[in-house]
Amino acid sequence: MGRSLFDKVWDLHTVRELDSGQTQLFIGLHLIHEVTSPQAFQMLREAGLKVLYPNRTFATVDHIVPTDDLARPLKDDLAEKMLEALDANCREFAIPFFGVGTANQGIVHVIGPELGLTQPGMTIACGDSHTSTHGAFGAIAFGIGTSQVRDVLATQTMALGRPKVRRVRVTGKLGGGVYAKDVTLHVIRRLGVNGGVGYAYEYAGDVIQNMSMEERLTVCNMAIEGGARVGYINPDETTFAYLKGRAHSPSGEAWDKAVAWWKSIASDADARFDDDVELAGAEIAPTVTWGINPGQALGVDEKLPRPEELPDEERATAREAFEFMDLTPGAPIAGTPIDVAFIGSCTNSRISDLREAARVVKGRSVKSGVRALVVPGSRAVKNAAEAEGLHEIFRAAGFDWREPGCSMCLAMNPDKLRGREICASSSNRNFKGRQGSPTGRTLLMSPAMVAAAAVSGKVTDVREML
Amino acid sequence: MSDAKDSVLEKIERKSGRAVPVDGDDIDTDRIIPARFMKCITFEGLEEHVFEDVRTGPDGQPLGHPFDDPRYQGAKVLLVDRNFGCGSSREHAPQSIQRWGIEALVGESFAEIFFGNCTTLGMPAVTVSKEDLARLKELVKSEPRAEVIVDLEEMAVICRDQRFPARMPDSARKTLTEGTWDATRTLLVAASAIRSTAERLPYVTGFGEAAR
Repeated sequence: MGRSLFDKVWDLHTVRELDSGQTQLFIGLHLIHEVTSPQAFQMLREAGLKVLYPNRTFATVDHIVPTDDLARPLKDDLAEKMLEALDANCREFAIPFFGVGTANQGIVHVIGPELGLTQPGMTIACGDSHTSTHGAFGAIAFGIGTSQVRDVLATQTMALGRPKVRRVRVTGKLGGGVYAKDVTLHVIRRLGVNGGVGYAYEYAGDVIQNMSMEERLTVCNMAIEGGARVGYINPDETTFAYLKGRAHSPSGEAWDKAVAWWKSIASDADARFDDDVELAGAEIAPTVTWGINPGQALGVDEKLPRPEELPDEERATAREAFEFMDLTPGAPIAGTPIDVAFIGSCTNSRISDLREAARVVKGRSVKSGVRALVVPGSRAVKNAAEAEGLHEIFRAAGFDWREPGCSMCLAMNPDKLRGREICASSSNRNFKGRQGSPTGRTLLMSPAMVAAAAVSGKVTDVREML
Repeated sequence: MSDAKDSVLEKIERKSGRAVPVDGDDIDTDRIIPARFMKCITFEGLEEHVFEDVRTGPDGQPLGHPFDDPRYQGAKVLLVDRNFGCGSSREHAPQSIQRWGIEALVGESFAEIFFGNCTTLGMPAVTVSKEDLARLKELVKSEPRAEVIVDLEEMAVICRDQRFPARMPDSARKTLTEGTWDATRTLLVAASAIRSTAERLPYVTGFGEAAR
């Protein structure tokens, strides 16, 4: 019986089995940001500990950075303090830091891949649940809490229980206007928001294999929304082509050795999985969430469910969602009016996302009364988009074109919903209050669908606009 | 503080006290502690904002959340439903719950990162069956002063002479009962094994190009 990538990478990084039954796991790449690291550094100082491998941790700022005015000090005193704390901590412990306004700054899950820091066969940890994103390269990547950030800083290892592995195969082909975001939302819809608890997801099948690296990043990004702390895809020629020539990628003779090793850690053809699920790509429509968790989703051409017709265990949350969202059971989701359109986040803020959105926007205008903004995932994405003229397309249509950061995905910066506003968003969470107003509402969808909603002022099937 | 580092952690065999029920599946960490309260560089004071947006309405009116119910003040055990703590990995969530006074959680199920964070903070989170949870909540709602015991030795939740079998991954249970739930000390001991693990990873050694 063959072994999965998960088994190979986990075993290779196992320092030892602990008495508790947990594994002490070596972490190959540690990424940190301003929100979940300051307390970890403080704990290190209090315990008199050092950072064991300062060259295996990289820091950036993303969550609290404003996307309009980057002048220091930031207008928000607390945000400025957090930036200063990270800067000081990185200096004290000799950790590379990509600060505001620098060439490599951006959302932590955008810059890792972009810089070639994220590589196949690594274990990757970050104090951020969307660390699963990096699994797109065939890495075992997961979010951790702040006490574990401290552990990784101090020991480059952490104590972790070994999850089971479920292969999720998406077979066949996707229809036009159906994107990686729709695939990942569909998987969550089918397997549930807690279906992946205790599992790592290996995404496989023709649909996944035919995806670009940026699409794969979108799929793995939302593994955690299905309860799976880890999501990954086996590395292949698409992976290697993406990595070639990146700043931190191996080069010269090391490149060939790296590729050979990366190939060797992919799941064997006869690998054993604890569970195996198959979904048909042809059944996936442009998908929109209507409720207060990412599993409350449906095809844009479908009607909203009626709580009384749902399985018993889904009814209470569905009723709560209808009350909060103020939508009507049984009504079509298409046509739902929106107030705000947000294109950005670690799920969908890469150059291909912006190109697809711009394709829809080009020659059209944002509907009057709709507030629309595009927030590139990194400085590099922003520069690339501007080199192609995408910013002009967005601006001409009435979108704001912003500086890179997490922005309105979680609204820790000034970009927030106001009151009961309803937002078509390319981000990853539609939790109550997620986008900065406790009563604000979020509809998750692909960037192209956000663009379609922005110009029509309501939820619209993007397939009608391509 | 170096004395604190050398002190042995509490061996957590049981936690007990009055309980507070918070109903609802899929309660995410944004709801437990909204992101705007993470603009801080310490965890101090987070308890003031735990569940803030479901406790207080937009105009400052109280929304009748159990955390504000006089009957549940001083509770040490939090009763929740399915997939509690889903979403963001923020340790601020269990920190805010613990700092409010909670010492143990009982639920139908917990999201994985949240569960790990609770364990690391020495705050056991055990699961019971949906039916048992309903009965437990009934007991607590009808008699809020009743003591609830979360027993990790017996793996049971006990309330008013009723005993409900509880579950928790054995590895997490052991770290709590053996006093190794805060892992740093345990991890540090393996310094040479950490080094040898690093040295066998091709990407750490530069794929054989380290000498270059």
